[in-house]
Parts: sequence; C-alpha cells; structure tokens
Amino acid sequence: MVSGVLDYLWLVPAFPLLGVILNGVLALIAERPFLLKEAGLPPPGGSHGHPSRGNSHATEAPGSHGSGASGPHSAPVYRNVVAFLAPGAVGASFVVALLCVLSLAARPPEGRTFVQILFPWIQSGSFLAPVGFQLDPLSSVMALVVTGVGFLIHVYSVGYMSHERAFARYFVYLNLFMFAMLMLVLANNYLLMFVGWEGVGLCSYLLIGYWYEKQSASDAGKKAFIVNRIGDFGFLLGVFLIFWTFGSVSFTDVFARIPLLRDSGVLTAGMATAITLLLFLGATGKSAQIPLYVWLPDAMEGPTPVSALIHAATMVTAGVYMVARSSALFLLSPDAMSVVAVIGAATAIFSATIGICQTDIKRVLAYSTVSQLGYMFLACGVGAFAAGIFHLMTHAFFKALLFLGSGSVIHALSGEQDMRKMGGVRRYLPVTFVTMFAATLAISGIPGLSGFFSKDEILWQSFSSPHGSPALWFVGALAAGITAFYMFRLVFLTFYGGSRMDPEVEKHVHESPWTMTVPLSILAVLSVAGGWVGIPASLGGDNRFEEWLAPVFRSVAAAGAHGAATGAHPSVSLEFGLMGISVGVALAGIGIAYFLYRLRTSKPAEIARRVPALYDLVYHKYYVDEIYEWAVVRRVVDGSVWLWQMFDALFIDGIVNGIADGVRSAGDRVRRLQAGIVGGYAFSLLAGAVLLVGYILYRSMVP
Amino acid sequence: MSGLLASLQFSSPYFPVIVLMAVAVGLSAGFVFLSQWVGPKRYDRTKYSEYECGVDPLTTSTVRISVKFFLVAILFLLFDLETTFLYPWAVLYRSLGLFGFVEMGVFVGILLVGLVYAWKKGALEWQ
Amino acid sequence: MTPIAMDTGALVRGLYCILPEMVVIGTAILVLLADLLLPEEGKKRLCHLSVAGVAAAILSALWLGPGKIEGFSGMIVHDGMGLFFTLTILAAALLTLMMATGYSEWEGTQKGEFYALILLSTSGMLFMAEGTDLMTVFLGLETLSIPIYCLVGFHRGRMRSLEGAMKYFLLGAFSSGFFLYGIALMYAAAGTTRIPVIASMMRDARLYGNPVFLAGIGLLLVGFAFKVSLVPFHMWTPDAYEGAPTLVTAFMGAAVKAAAFAALLRVVLLTFPAILPAMSGVLWVLAALTMTVGNFSALLQNNMKRMLAYSSIAHAGYILVGLTAGGVAGGQAVLFYVLVYAFMNLGAFGVIMLVAQREDDGYDIDNFAGIGFRYPVLGGLLSLFLVSLAGIPPTAGFVGKFYLFGAAVRSGYVGLAVLGVLNSAVSVYYYLRPVVSMYMAPAPEGIPVPRPPRSAFSFALCASAAAVLLLGVMPASALEFAERSVLSLLM
Repeated sequence: MVSGVLDYLWLVPAFPLLGVILNGVLALIAERPFLLKEAGLPPPGGSHGHPSRGNSHATEAPGSHGSGASGPHSAPVYRNVVAFLAPGAVGASFVVALLCVLSLAARPPEGRTFVQILFPWIQSGSFLAPVGFQLDPLSSVMALVVTGVGFLIHVYSVGYMSHERAFARYFVYLNLFMFAMLMLVLANNYLLMFVGWEGVGLCSYLLIGYWYEKQSASDAGKKAFIVNRIGDFGFLLGVFLIFWTFGSVSFTDVFARIPLLRDSGVLTAGMATAITLLLFLGATGKSAQIPLYVWLPDAMEGPTPVSALIHAATMVTAGVYMVARSSALFLLSPDAMSVVAVIGAATAIFSATIGICQTDIKRVLAYSTVSQLGYMFLACGVGAFAAGIFHLMTHAFFKALLFLGSGSVIHALSGEQDMRKMGGVRRYLPVTFVTMFAATLAISGIPGLSGFFSKDEILWQSFSSPHGSPALWFVGALAAGITAFYMFRLVFLTFYGGSRMDPEVEKHVHESPWTMTVPLSILAVLSVAGGWVGIPASLGGDNRFEEWLAPVFRSVAAAGAHGAATGAHPSVSLEFGLMGISVGVALAGIGIAYFLYRLRTSKPAEIARRVPALYDLVYHKYYVDEIYEWAVVRRVVDGSVWLWQMFDALFIDGIVNGIADGVRSAGDRVRRLQAGIVGGYAFSLLAGAVLLVGYILYRSMVP
Repeated sequence: MSGLLASLQFSSPYFPVIVLMAVAVGLSAGFVFLSQWVGPKRYDRTKYSEYECGVDPLTTSTVRISVKFFLVAILFLLFDLETTFLYPWAVLYRSLGLFGFVEMGVFVGILLVGLVYAWKKGALEWQ
Repeated sequence: MTPIAMDTGALVRGLYCILPEMVVIGTAILVLLADLLLPEEGKKRLCHLSVAGVAAAILSALWLGPGKIEGFSGMIVHDGMGLFFTLTILAAALLTLMMATGYSEWEGTQKGEFYALILLSTSGMLFMAEGTDLMTVFLGLETLSIPIYCLVGFHRGRMRSLEGAMKYFLLGAFSSGFFLYGIALMYAAAGTTRIPVIASMMRDARLYGNPVFLAGIGLLLVGFAFKVSLVPFHMWTPDAYEGAPTLVTAFMGAAVKAAAFAALLRVVLLTFPAILPAMSGVLWVLAALTMTVGNFSALLQNNMKRMLAYSSIAHAGYILVGLTAGGVAGGQAVLFYVLVYAFMNLGAFGVIMLVAQREDDGYDIDNFAGIGFRYPVLGGLLSLFLVSLAGIPPTAGFVGKFYLFGAAVRSGYVGLAVLGVLNSAVSVYYYLRPVVSMYMAPAPEGIPVPRPPRSAFSFALCASAAAVLLLGVMPASALEFAERSVLSLLM
C-alpha cells in the first residue's frame, strides 16, 4: 500500500538511534575496559592513537592496517560487530527512506506532503509543537542525500578508522549525528528542527574533538560550538518571532497562514525581514557563511570521514535547507533576499581566494566548501531555491568524494596533509586518483558533469531572475574560475609531478582497502551522473529535479510574493552565451593552474615574492581570526572581568585578602576590615532597596 | 519629583511624621559631622588602646566566652517565652475549654521534646 | 466566663490542609528523638527515617489533590499552585535526603540535627508556598531561613562554612527587616495582610496611588529579591553557596529558590497587574541585571561550586523574565522552570559531590580533568545536567527556557527575551568548560577515584537525570499541570 510504507517513516531516524544505543552499549562494556587495560597507567589521555599512524606502523603498536579490526594482542570481536552495526543502521534507514520517497512519488504532485505526528512534545493552550515528521519533495531530497552519502561514509570509516582504538565511540558519535541530522531534515516544525540543529552541532563538536589529546582539536571543537551558538541564538529568536506572529511553529500552518496575515496587516514586510534575517543568522552559523565561517576550516582537525560527512555533505548544508524550507517567508522580504544573495556571493568569492594559498589539502577543501555553500545561498537569495537544493545535492556527491579521496591520500601517506610533501601519488593510488579527478572536473563545472548543471543553473538564475543582477552573476562566474584554479592546483600538487614525499613515508604508500575504494567509486559515478536529473530545458533536458521540487516552491510562490520563481525567461541565446562564458572562465582557471603547477613550477613562489603583502594577507586568511580574537573575544573577557569586579570582586577579593592578612598578623585591623566588608554587602542591599523603592514611588507618583 | 511632593501636602496625615524624621536624621547626622569637622584629630598609640576606666588593660579585650553560657542563655530564653505564653492562656483557661487545653498540650509537648533533647545531649551539664 | 465559640469543623479543615507540613514537622521531631536513642553506628537510620517522612508527605500532598482547601480563616490555602510547589519542594527535599545517605558519611553530617534542620526548613518552605497571608509567608520565610543559616555553617571546622553562614545570617536578618517593614507599610495602607483581599482592593486608586503602600510593596520585593538572590541583592550567594556543605548548597539552590518564587509569584500575579508600569520596569531591570551579572561572573570561576552559585543567580534572572511577562503564560513558565531547575541543579551538585574528594579546593575544575571516559556514567550524567542548565535541546532546560522567553515575547518584552537568549548563549561557555575538561583534558597522574555512591544516592541521580530528559522530551503533562495551577490561582 502507498501510505502503508509512509507510515514507517519514523524508522528513518529510528535506525541510527538504535545504532547509537547498541554501539553505545558495546563502547561501554567492551571497548572501555579494553582501552583502560591497554592504556594502563598513565591514564587514557596521554597515549592515544594520533591521526598520524605512521609511527604506529613503524612500531606496530596499535595494530596492523587493512584488516579493519585488529588490536595488538587480540582482535576484539566487538569491533567486527560495530563495523557491521553502524553502517547497517544507516543503510537500513536509507532503504526505508528510499521506499518512502518512492511511495511519495506515486502520489499526484500536489498531494506530495506527508506528515506523521508521533506524539505531542510541547503542548499548552493554542501552542503545539509535536514530535512529527514531514516528508515532501524537499525533505525527501535531503533525507536521501543524508542517508545515502552517510551510508557510504560509514562504510568508508570502517576502513579509515580501523587503526583507532576508540572505534566504537567514534561510531556512536557518527550514528548520533545521523539521528540528529535526520531529525533536522524530517522535522515538521521549527522547534523540532532546532532540536536536530543543536544535536548536529553537539555531534560535530564531539567529532571534531575526537582526537582530543591534540590541543588544536579540542580548541577547534570548542570554537565550532561557540560560533554556532551565536547563530543558534538568531535561529531561536527567529522561531520566537514566528511563533509570536503566526501562533504556530509547524511548517504547514505557518506557510498556510501567510496570505491571511499579510492581508490583515499583521505580517508586515518589516516583521518578515526581522524573522528571515534572524533565521539567516542561524544559517550563517551552521553553514559557515560570512561572518561566522571561521569555525569550518578549523573543524578539519576531526577525522577526514567526519569532514566529509558533517563539514561538507550534510550538516553544513542545513542552513541552506532551512532557508529553502522557509522560502515562503524569505520571499516576503526583498531586503532579506538581497542580504542572502550578497552574503552568499561574497562568501563564494572571499573563501575561494583564500583557498588559493592554502597548503593543507583538507583546508583547501574546507575553504572550497565554504565557497560552494556561498553559491547555494546565492541561489536562494535570487529566489532560485530549487537550483540551490540541486547544487546542495551535487555538491554533497563531489565534495564528499573529494574529502574521502583526500582522506585516502592522507591514509596512504601515513597522515601527511601538507600538499608540499606530496606529488606523483597518482602511480600508487590509481582508484583514488581517477575518482578524485572526476570530482575535480565536476566541481570545476566541466560540461556534462553534475557540478556543471547545478552551478550553471545558479549562475543563470542570478543573472536572469527578478532578484538577480549582472553583478551577482559576475562575482559567481569569477568565483567559478578561481574554484577551477585551486582545485586543479590541488590535483597537480598531489597527484602529478615528482615525489616530494618523505622517503620513510614513501615506502609505505599503498592503495586503500576496498571498504574505502568502493564508496569512492560509487560517489564518483554520482558526481558524474548525479546532475543528469536536472538538465535544463535549453540543453534538451526536462529538468526533472526542479519539477520534483516544484510543489514545494510553487505553492510558496503562490502564497508568497509575485511569481518570483517563475520569472519571464529571457532569450535562450543569452543563456547559451552566459553558459559559454562560465565554461570559458573555468577552463581558463584550469589552464592557469596547469601553467603554474605543471609547466613553470617555480612561478608561484616568484609571484608570492613579488606581492608579499597581498600574499601574506591571503595566506593568513585575511587575518579574520586575529581580528575576531582582538575585537570580540578580548572585549568579552574584559567586559566580564569588569562586571564581576564591579559587583563582587571588590568585596570578595577583599575578604580573601582579609583572611590571608588575618592569618599573618592576627591583629584587630583585620576584624575591622571584615566587618567593613559585610557592611559593604549590607550597603549594596540598602542602596538597591532605596533605588528600587525610589523608582517605584517616582514612576507611580509622576504621571 | 514635583508630583511626589504634591502628594505629600501639608494636609497629608504623614506630614508630621516626615517632619519628625527629617529633624531626627538631620540633627543626629549634623552633630556627627560637626564633631568630625570641628574636633582636632591626633591619633597615637594610646588612643588605639582599649579604654578601661583609665586603668591599663591586663589582657586583650576580646575574650573567648565558653559556648556553654550561650547555650544556657538560649535555653533560658526559650522556656521563659513558654512561660510568657502560659500566663494569658491560664487567665482564659475556662473560656478556651478543651480546645485550649489540647492546643497548649501540643505547644508544651513540642518544647518538652526540645528539653529532653537538650538534656540527653548534655547541654545542661556544666563540666 | 463564657466559653469562646470554637468552630471545630474549620479547625479540622485547617489541619487537613496543612497535612504535608504536619507530616514533615512530625518527622523532624521523631528524628530528634530517635537521635537520642540510636547508637552512633546506627545514625544512618535517621536518614532513612527522614526519607520515609518526606515520601509520606508527598503521598499526603497527592492525596489532598489539586482542589482548593482554605484553612485557618484564609491564612493558608492548599490550591493547584500550592500543590505544584509543595511537590517541587518535597521532591527536592527527598532527593537531597537520598543523597545525604552518602554525603553524610563522607563529610560528617551524619547527625540528628542535620536531618531535623533540613526537615524543619522544608516545612517552612511549604508554609511559604501555601501562605495566602503576608504574615504566613513571613513566618514561613523565617522558619525556612533559620535552619538554613545553621546548615550553611554546619561544618564547624571549616572557615569558609562559618564565614558563609555568618554573612548569610547577618544579611538575611537585615533583609527580613525589609520584608517585615514592607508588610507593615502595606498593612498600614490597606488594613489587611491577606493577599487576595489586597489584590481585590488594588482597583482602588486610593490604594495603588498611596506612596506608603507602594513603598511597602517595594520593600517586600527587596526581601524576596534577597532570598532568590537577584542582583544587586545577591552578594551573599557565592560565599554562602561555596561555604555551605555541598549537599546544603544543592538543597538551597533547588528548594529555597522554589519556595521564595512561589510566594513571590502569588504576590506578583495577583497584585502587580494594577500597578504595572512601575513594577514591570523594576522587574525588567532586575531580571536583566541578574542574568547578565550572574552569567558573566560565572565565566570567570574556576571552582565548580562557585560557578554553580553564580549560575544559580543567573537562573533566578531567567525565572524573573517569566515573572516580568506575567499572566498565565509567564506563570506557567515560572512554575515549570522552577521544577526543572530543581532537578538539574540537584543532579549537577550530586555528581560533583562524588567527584570532589573534599570540600573547598576539591571542587576546582582541574579535578574533573579526564574523568569523562574513565567514569562514563558520572561523566555522562554531569554532561547531561550541564547541557540542560545551558538550555540545549532535547533536555528540560531547553523547554523551560523556551517557555520563559516565549512568554516574554508574547507579552511584548522582546528586548528582555533577546537579552535572555544572548545570556544563555554566553552561559554555554562556562557550562562547557567542565565538559571539555572531563572529556578533552588529559587526566593528571593518579586520577582521583570518585566516591562509590550509595544505592539511594545513585537512585537520586538517575531519577534527576530521568526527570531532566523526560521533561525535555515529553513535557506536555507537566506543562499542563503548571498551566492549570496558575489558572487556579488567577480565578
């Protein structure tokens, strides 16, 4: 039965939760005693496996590689169980999600919204926030991407993390992340979405800090969490305002009430702008946009599969999803749309330029992710929500692949991440090379591959849509060229040329086990072909993807502003012309990269020497971190010291000193001092009372 | 503030009270400041020493008093108060009837528990 | 002499309505007597007796139900709100006493008077929560406070304990003076101390325009503000909280706060609407100051006990946001948050009690380094409680904060809500620090072994954790109970 399958929608998040519980039990009863015994004394903190497994290989201490589950003395059986359970849970939820989406697709387009309420979560008076799931075309795309890519990355992790001791713990976090992410994606109201939103943040924090004995890792985790809290604050306030205005937080209610409230004047443009900008503040935190992008590059301290899953394919796209979900609200406020578009475009080009100078392979990819997310917001900002979600999907494929591929390289090179110490790896890692090359072509926008269709759709819309402008198009196209440049720089430095590897490292270079190469291959196929569902009409396709999403965004357009999504199509020849330009820019980027990193390899250093100021500025990421440190962190610390001293330290420090002096001199000077301090407390009480009573009298007596 | 003043007109019943307070505070504060201001201030060792009727102090003025004194004082206070309650009760005993008897029984009973507790804990022994 | 007429029925009804209080007081007396009879090694029976007494009081409170019962010609009332706070306070007392099974053995509080003082203080709280006459509230306040002063100074050998008790006592007496003077002024103006009667007179311009009355209500507010430690009346809090035996600190944070907020809520909800402009301004400023100063001061603390003391100040500020909002929504949010705070606060203190090996410097944050993976249950529980205090879903702290700030937005105090959300964003930083330390800092040599908890202690921790999770995931029935309680008061 059609709805029969959909009734099992709750299983989609339930499977990963089950995985959390089972793996959690294993981590507690099997792994922990094992770890503790192995660590012996000194306790667990000091002696953990570091990502650079090279040393471990040499000493053979934590395990030989490849087999997936081997300890030094005995291979604990539980590792095999975990290696099966964790990906299995995600795979199962992918299957259920797929079945649900298929049965949803069997419905007529306008009936493709399925809501399942599990139980009322917060309910009082007129206010209801249930634990409920909503499957519609938008959330089904997200659910499939999350579970599908998530499953592949779980399989990959089994191989990649095989040398880690805290194996089960890692998968507990990873499954927990999947659960939270699915809650975020499937929630049918803003408040439950916020639960998932916080949940993924928490898991991200745990996973970035997985190698917590590295100081930088635990710092990065903290930074990610706190920067995200700033965004969350915006999101939560946005939800408050939505609740205040609409009297509900569930998606269907809120969007259905828009026309009525707008006509009755309750929902003014100003209110819509306030709500959407607050929501967008949340999105900039989670999706790493200006000004809150600073945490994402640091998040690369986590294990590489985590970077692929959380910091490229799924979690960071939550902001885009949320904006697309709230498209009806965003369309009410042209100002907010412009802000989204400008921030998106600015982030796209800003972080692309930073990517040029990075030498750490994962950091290049991190800045690339920030930049690509900027594209997605650009799409949303010009009203092309479907294009944004399309790019979200294709980006999930090729960026996950790029990360996993870089992980494979890092794995092979015993933990080396600096591209200056790579080179010529192509010979040793054929599968990795081919798959990564395909992804690089895709992200560069080479015609025929997935990235081309989605990116080009965004560029076209940013030019032609009523919210767009040629300037936005120009920035986007330029960023596309830079993207092609730094991605090919990465490929040339890593895979081509002579080897710059450590001889000791080079001895151990090896292709990764099948658990890693198979996910790479599948993702490569998706990176190439994933875009074919959305070939635009001008190229002879029928853009099935946009059609699939149309019910979500069309009803939005009807309810919201004036047919923004379906602007009059300017001429096809113009579209072809722009397409040609953007492909040309991308090819130019590749050409420059080829020239600089294959033909004249001494040139980059020469350029850097010639414009040292500019090079330094870009190399140090425009000093944004330093500026934040100085302008925000220092100010907050100073401010709290001041507040604290103002109210308390004046007295408390006095007492501490008083006691110390008392011990020393035991004279009556101290007694006087101490009496004075309690007197000080009493004085503050009295002063407060006088002020309070005075204020009340004043306010009540004076009309 | 004009509103506040207006509400406190001369006809207000609180006006005399306010005048009294103002005079009292003003006078006492005035004298304190006056003596501070007029009086000469010459501090020396003698001035800081404790004053005991002109005789040199034998020990420091802060003597630790045994906690037993306080204990007895508090117990005395408690049971003294109990007696204070018993007087009016006894005067009205007849009109209060059985209820009054039971009520006082509860009151004395609770205090009795306290007495027993203090006794058993040795609060009444003077060692 | 003519006998004075006695209404036996009214007397019985009055006694019936204070049944839980009587059970608690009776238990206290029994504990004192049993203390005399039991040998030194049998003292832990006293704790069991107290737990049984509080459990019986909870049952009797439930037996009374949410219906309205007035006693002693309206001096005290057992209504829905009274029941809600009675249950909250008794639950806090029960958890405290269960934790005492372990704590008393380690820290030398295995004494009859310790339990009797806790029980007597609890009875004062119950009177305060159910008092509908300002005099009853005041008597409850004093009955609550005096045992607490003693409990704070219970560790006679510790300088900090004595210092805290001394300061708390002196300032507490000072603030009681304000409180009583406020009542006197209100009586002078209104001719009654009965809260509902005053409320019904508030429509009269002669009363709400009367400076004497307003000064009275202001002084009353000062007295309350001291007890719930609002800035700038909070000075005693860090000292008293840090000095008190940790168990008492936990009890103070959970129960004393609940009782004081119960009485404050009764006064505010009933009488403030008529004098709104002045009062809302005062409450606004107090809430804003309290949240901000509490949170920012907590940022700088390295001692867990002190950090939680400042955090408790900040939480009083959050609760005050709900009071400022007023109305059913605000009242409901306050009730729910007080309940939630009791659980998370007791839970957090319970865990740190186990980890810290000794009072004072045992609570330094460095002592928590590396225990997360070594003792996963303790680490997980403490993380849960801290996450809930920070207001992160899916814990009860999030639902509570959502309701508080939601009520503020609904009443038009958007600025205050923004301030509150910003504050709770700041608070994440210091709640996260122990978590980071537990999971991400290397353990020092010779990692301290937490004390093995007694079974009752473990049960109390698990019950608090379960409550924090349950109230976060399925808060509907508790919220509904809170709403009905507020409605029962306003009708």
